[in-house]
Amino acid sequence: MAKQEQDIISKLKKSGLKGRGGACFPTGDKWDCFRKAKAEKKYIVCNFAEGDPYMLKEAFLLKNHLAEVVDGVKIALKTFIGSTAFIYLRHDYYKKYKNAFKKEIGSLPISLVEKIGGYLAGEETCALEVIEGKKAEPRLRPPYPAQSGLWGFPTLINNAETFYCISRITQEKYKNERLYCLSGYVKDKGAHELKERMTIREILWQTGNLSKDNDFFVQVGGFLGEFLLPAELDCLLCGLGSVVVFNSRTTDLIKLVKEKLKFVMQENCDKCTPCREGTYRLYENLNQGVIDEKLAEDIFLALRETSFCPLGRAAGSCLESLLRINKFYNGINNGL
Amino acid sequence: MISKVNIKINNKAITAKPKETIAEAAKRNGIDIPLLCSHPDLKIKASCRVCVVKVKGHDNLMPSCSTEIQEGMEIFTDTKEIKRARKTNLELIFAQHREECSDCVWNYNCQLLKLAKQEKIEINRFQDRKSKFPTFLFGNVIEFDSSKCIDCRNCIEMCQKQGVGYLETRSYGHETNVMPVKDKNKDCVYCGQCIMHCPAGAFESTGEFEKIEEPLRQKDKVAAVQFAPSIRSSIGEEFGLQPGEVVTEKLVGALRELGFNKIFDTSVGADFTTMAESAEVIERMESGKNLPILTSCCPAWVRYIEFYYPEFIPNLTTVRSPQIILGGLIKTYWAKINKINPRNIFSVSIMPCVAKKYEAKRPELKVKGMKPIDYVLTTRELARLLMRRKIDFKKIKPQAIDSMFGSPSGAGVIYGASGGVMESALRTTYEKLTGQRLENIEFRQVRGMKEYKEAEIDIKGIKRKAVVINGLGVAQNFLEKIKKGESSPTCVEVMACPGGCIGGGGQPLPSDGEIRKKRAAGLYSVDEKKIIRRAHENPVVQKVYSEFFERNHEMAHKVLHTKYHKQKREKLKIIK
Repeated sequence: MAKQEQDIISKLKKSGLKGRGGACFPTGDKWDCFRKAKAEKKYIVCNFAEGDPYMLKEAFLLKNHLAEVVDGVKIALKTFIGSTAFIYLRHDYYKKYKNAFKKEIGSLPISLVEKIGGYLAGEETCALEVIEGKKAEPRLRPPYPAQSGLWGFPTLINNAETFYCISRITQEKYKNERLYCLSGYVKDKGAHELKERMTIREILWQTGNLSKDNDFFVQVGGFLGEFLLPAELDCLLCGLGSVVVFNSRTTDLIKLVKEKLKFVMQENCDKCTPCREGTYRLYENLNQGVIDEKLAEDIFLALRETSFCPLGRAAGSCLESLLRINKFYNGINNGL
Repeated sequence: MISKVNIKINNKAITAKPKETIAEAAKRNGIDIPLLCSHPDLKIKASCRVCVVKVKGHDNLMPSCSTEIQEGMEIFTDTKEIKRARKTNLELIFAQHREECSDCVWNYNCQLLKLAKQEKIEINRFQDRKSKFPTFLFGNVIEFDSSKCIDCRNCIEMCQKQGVGYLETRSYGHETNVMPVKDKNKDCVYCGQCIMHCPAGAFESTGEFEKIEEPLRQKDKVAAVQFAPSIRSSIGEEFGLQPGEVVTEKLVGALRELGFNKIFDTSVGADFTTMAESAEVIERMESGKNLPILTSCCPAWVRYIEFYYPEFIPNLTTVRSPQIILGGLIKTYWAKINKINPRNIFSVSIMPCVAKKYEAKRPELKVKGMKPIDYVLTTRELARLLMRRKIDFKKIKPQAIDSMFGSPSGAGVIYGASGGVMESALRTTYEKLTGQRLENIEFRQVRGMKEYKEAEIDIKGIKRKAVVINGLGVAQNFLEKIKKGESSPTCVEVMACPGGCIGGGGQPLPSDGEIRKKRAAGLYSVDEKKIIRRAHENPVVQKVYSEFFERNHEMAHKVLHTKYHKQKREKLKIIK
């Protein structure tokens, strides 16, 4: 192993850094796996194409730490000699920041790629498809991108925040902090840089957003994350670090269910049965007036257990938890 | 290298092979995991989510078709949770599919129905969401009823594998639909492989159910029927016989039972094709012009060249395909000696192919203003016709074919398998060119299911390369190689379908590598048993050449040869 590679990978492993894209895979292990893959070409991808409507951290990074993210990519380029890199940017970010990026990149082999497609196009294997010029559809895993990614070559794909952390680690500025995004029924909206491994209650409390009345419920982990009641906030916030607070007195829960369903129906890639058909049938049922509980449970199970990619799996748990919230506040499956 | 992997399926210890998927390991050990969207000819897409299993240590269920086994894996295939998820997914799939089981290429034998029964699903739990989706007509040859499509995308993949790429998905969400592509530079070549790879019966040949009685309705005409080489080892499958079982005489008996009296064997037509093609090969080898010579027996391949690679049109042999030559002979030579007005003949062919329907309609193939073939029935269509007439094929008494075009050489019969045309041509061309009799007439290098095969033959001190391809995608790559000068063979045989005609778009379903292998073996077994195994030694061929072709060169040219031209995209029709 080249010394350069060894140094940085052991630093990453020591830091305990986990990927910030949501899956929380140890970054050091990913880099090690990428290092071990033998190929004539290797690619590096920085995923800056957040498609989640609740996630504000990439906008925050672009505004405040763009240079450090690019620095993270540069470190990867330096570590894996001969590789080339892509920065995969959401459409609006691309328009707004391409010049700023170009300035940082200079003559390095880093290309900017504008994301085509919606929410799903932010998923890592979809991102690879889009960079290759194809329709955003998830790939079968394994092989993982680190073994076989862009055009079949090993590809190291990390989230923008991960690259930001990598830059901080090499500068020895990393303090095991991460970005949390707060939105909804809160006073202090936006991205907050706080310690890792905090419970949801701690995050809300530390940012001054914890309501004393139990007049709220939350959703954590993005637009298709899980819904939780005020009594359930003592677990660590993993994955996507987003917390959305809803006012339980004013929120129309059924409208919320429909909003989530519509989103999945619109954003899914139509590849696998539960996601393509299941969400459509739930929506159809919801519009018929009374929730068929057995049908809903059947489809939730199919979504959660058998979907091809994380989108369908998340949709299953998200909707299931939302209906549980509905039951808690309204006793029955009401209100249609 | 590890040669064994120990796993457990449903608590039973099993030895699996490295790199095997869960589904493969289970199948080899007699454990049934229901599969739906996978087809042995295609890549694993893992999109139907029916084959899911539980793997200990994993949070979610895993698709067994795409998950590789690992040492110590513990797998469960039938827990309550799996059954429930599988049932839901099947119900969701059925909710896309408009059932029309009585008029379906699968003839009640599809995996969907089998799983519906096995998993005890409610077929009508949901209303069919696609009931109003359109039916497309591809060039009057193939119908695609998208209200039956279950979005597995096997057709799209197969069409791309064929180097055609005529199908794509359009729209999103619950309106998503498989459709012909917008790209005007692409068109269907009618190989019919979409039919062969659709688990839901959404594709069929035009008139597959409505028009098959047509040949029997010609009361005031003499119906002359011919059957293709490959039919004899496949049609039995429709009646529960084994793939590859040769049923030539039973087929003759069945055709008589249907009321056909004039029965011919297209393999004899193939012997004529070999004769004429061999002469052309020799001519081109001498002149060095338009080499490599490309076969033209396969109408989908011919259309592929005419549409996608018109620069190769001069390379196609001008010789007509066996069904067209035999049809032409029936309406000229045979009509004359039997004193029948050729315009009173209704010429029918039984083909393994849907593109043959298109070929039969090509205007440039007319002889004296008459179409050599008036109607084409596929293997499946003939089987359906027999079923409708309640003719039990299994019980039919074998009967000998007695017409003058009833005895082919062995070489004519192997035309039905990839490599057969080449082998027949090599037997004849070699002997004609060298004047020597081949000691071993079996060219094994060109046999088998491999998509690309080549043989080198020493003819009078010159090494000649013969290339045999099945599958249009492979042919496309090869044409590109020829263009770049990376390969320069003398002759090339291309069949559009996997394995050649035995895997054709009109053949019984299912059709996969194992089945095609058996069908091909059936044809080679016929050849082996024949006394006459060379086209040029077939007495019928010799007789027609001396009595007819050699006395009337103009007629010989009309019956044996044709022209090709660049093709335009057919206008897409929506019929429902």
